[in-house]
Amino acid sequence: MSMKHRPNSIEEYLEAIYKLSEGKRDIKTTELAEFMGIKPSSVTEMLKKLAELGYVEYLPYKGVRLTGKGERLGRRITRRHRLYEIFLWKILGKKPDDVHEEACKAEHGVSDETDILLCRFLGAPSRCPHGSIVPACDLKVSTCEDCETVGTNMVKRDDEVRPIAWLNEGSSGVIKFIRGDSRVLRRLIDLGLTPGTRIHILRKAPLNGPVEILVRGSRLALGSDIAANIFVSDV
Amino acid sequence: MIHRHIAHTQIQRSKGGILIALAGNANVGKSVIFNYLTGSHQVIGNWPGKTVELAIGRLKYRDKEITIVDLPGIYSLTTYSQEEAVTREFITEMKPDIVINVVDATVLERNLYFTIQLLEMGAPIIICLNQMDVAEKQGLDIDVDKISSILGVPVIPTVAIKGIGLDKLMETAINYRHRHAKPPTYSEDIERIIKILVSKINKSKLDTSYPPRFIAIKMLEGDPYIMDVVAREDPDLIEHVKLLAMELEEKYGEPLYSVIASQRYRIIAKIINEAVRRRAVKADILYYIDRITTHKVFGILISTGVLITLLLWTFYIGDFLSTILEDLVSVIAPVEPDITGSLIDTMINGAIGGIVAGITLVIPYVIPFYLFLAVMEDSGIMTRIAFMIDTFMHKLGLHGKAVIPIILGYGCNVPAIFSTRILETRRERVIASLAITLVPCSARTVVILGLAAAFLGIEAALSLYAINIAIVVAVGYLVSRIYPGETPGLIMEIHQLRIPSPRVVFRQTLHRTLSIIYLVFPIYIIGSASVQALYKLGVLEPINTALSPITSNLLGLPPATGTLFIFGFIRKELILLLLPQVLGTFNIPLVLTATQIFTIALVSMLYIPCVSTVAALSKEFGWRDTIIISIVNILVAITAGSIIYHMLTLL
Repeated sequence: MSMKHRPNSIEEYLEAIYKLSEGKRDIKTTELAEFMGIKPSSVTEMLKKLAELGYVEYLPYKGVRLTGKGERLGRRITRRHRLYEIFLWKILGKKPDDVHEEACKAEHGVSDETDILLCRFLGAPSRCPHGSIVPACDLKVSTCEDCETVGTNMVKRDDEVRPIAWLNEGSSGVIKFIRGDSRVLRRLIDLGLTPGTRIHILRKAPLNGPVEILVRGSRLALGSDIAANIFVSDV
Repeated sequence: MIHRHIAHTQIQRSKGGILIALAGNANVGKSVIFNYLTGSHQVIGNWPGKTVELAIGRLKYRDKEITIVDLPGIYSLTTYSQEEAVTREFITEMKPDIVINVVDATVLERNLYFTIQLLEMGAPIIICLNQMDVAEKQGLDIDVDKISSILGVPVIPTVAIKGIGLDKLMETAINYRHRHAKPPTYSEDIERIIKILVSKINKSKLDTSYPPRFIAIKMLEGDPYIMDVVAREDPDLIEHVKLLAMELEEKYGEPLYSVIASQRYRIIAKIINEAVRRRAVKADILYYIDRITTHKVFGILISTGVLITLLLWTFYIGDFLSTILEDLVSVIAPVEPDITGSLIDTMINGAIGGIVAGITLVIPYVIPFYLFLAVMEDSGIMTRIAFMIDTFMHKLGLHGKAVIPIILGYGCNVPAIFSTRILETRRERVIASLAITLVPCSARTVVILGLAAAFLGIEAALSLYAINIAIVVAVGYLVSRIYPGETPGLIMEIHQLRIPSPRVVFRQTLHRTLSIIYLVFPIYIIGSASVQALYKLGVLEPINTALSPITSNLLGLPPATGTLFIFGFIRKELILLLLPQVLGTFNIPLVLTATQIFTIALVSMLYIPCVSTVAALSKEFGWRDTIIISIVNILVAITAGSIIYHMLTLL
């Protein structure tokens, strides 16, 4: 079957790869096959196609890595999926166990603008009912206040941003976006976490605990909820 | 310490006297400097309308009467917290002759952010560059004169814990009083707007005691207090600011407060660049201790180890000291409560018993415990523990920092409840305080050891501790789900580990012990005398009967134990001391079954915070929350007690 007739399957793949690459770069084919419940041979075939379309870099026997284009699409679908789960759970009162299926369907049929409105309506939530972090939006904003004051037709960001909760010990990144409550935001900014500042991940406490960072020569421990809201890029 | 409301007159300098304020980030050594300079001539008070503590001290320096005020440790001068508001109000209302800005040389960049805001406020300042020895060890070469010439204020390097440089600091403070330096400038576009606003503020009849430039900057930053005042007195100005701010925000694509913060940090980066050189240094032993205390596996083991050691140390040292003190005191005064003599004798016996209990219980158990804890805190190990167990504490609706107040509670609940002030929201403070009241303090430890361990064996005592932890976790978990609001995320500074300073450790322990002596001792004495008198007058008998549905039916205890629990409300260890008298025999196992002994120990551990704790709670949270916390305690005790009683009876 031609790829053109099944756009959802591209999105499903990119979503799966995106989810698996929280905290690391390269994903093994077998890992992806297991995660999606599909035969490794079909996965390999699909990955070659995704590589042709420029969504992934595929290295036989090594695995797969998202390109900038693939990351953006994967992030957008994952984000939409998790926002929908939160909506079904928090607003409509469904059980966390019952939200996944429907979110899977909604994630392919909704516009970007609706995503932004949904995110604002939910108060820029950081985690889905199952505890996974909602990725950052596509807008070129440094705080949620920027999003509230202007419309939905904003410039899109051109860099890959990841929450520092996904970064490994010893790595670093430049702050691009801090999500959420303006009180917390102001405290972070007073402590030197202004947009454009480079921060280093010194340590991560076990069991999804706080993250210790080095910023402007001082060491700070940030709880996992705050670490889920600070987004950095490599440069 | 004695807490009192500070009247402005208390701080007012005497004729020709000088008022100095110490300001800076938290944990930079302000209190060390304060204590060094003022010694014992100090009082602690609350700033009117706020629950923020200020320490005020006096000293004579070169024939001048000097009053020093230690302001709370803060990071910014925007009024988002009470501490920030108090600092700002203090500086504008009291107009100190000089503000000593204490700066940690090892975290210079972040500390200078506050310095710049002090300059913007128009305060006369000098900088005390503290912890120079640690900075040196970390390989930081700081050109003090360079910083001084860039900022235009004197900079005095110090090592406060050793007293180095403090004489020079005082001398400079006095010489440079009332001298104002010019605050650094922002980028042209922002300065242009500040200029417009300043001229508008000057023309308006706006009545604040802040300099116009400070008001202008704070308006651009959206400072809630300033915005409120301006909105009331000159609403047009607010509209104007919003328009100007929007123009800049569009240009920068960031909220204006973030732009201003970035620019302050850019000014600082320039200073650091010119004044600080970094040398490579070898890792020392503290570096390795730091690594291992936050290691994924060892970190958790060490955290648990420290907490267990803390408790064991209290048992052994406390028990040992307590026995010695008891022997000493029993030579001159009766230790056992006696309710057989005349009414007056009974009351005197009660009062003396209260004093003896204070001396033989609070001192030997609490002081060693608090010494060890202060060492853990001052060295920075406690911060690492808070970091490691934050996830666990979140389950209780608290964050990692709350571990310190809760652990303090194992010594005595009273200072523990006061120490919940380190937590940010009232919600967290109330939940932490509830957890504290359920934790066995040293008096309850005595009951557990004297009943469960003595008659049933150490396993019984240990199982009580295990049950206690389970109950604290369960209650915390439930309450954090019922109590409205969310737990704010952890934002905690991680300081370099250091060898604890004996002076700081001693001070901290003294401060906490004094809060026990001031609050707990009087209640012990008066409470013990009155409750013994009530017993003597036969008032407690009807209460026994009234309580018997609970004591006998639910808990399976003799009705006479009702009296015990009334006494225990005054001092928990009275339950143990009065048990033989209430039952009429010293041979406890003869009249009580093992189950009953275990139940009494369990209920004593949980049933109500003692009077002193209730007093501390009501002081901090008012009566409503105090009553709720007490009721939760009672319900938990009755539920746990009856479950255990019925379970053990079935076995």
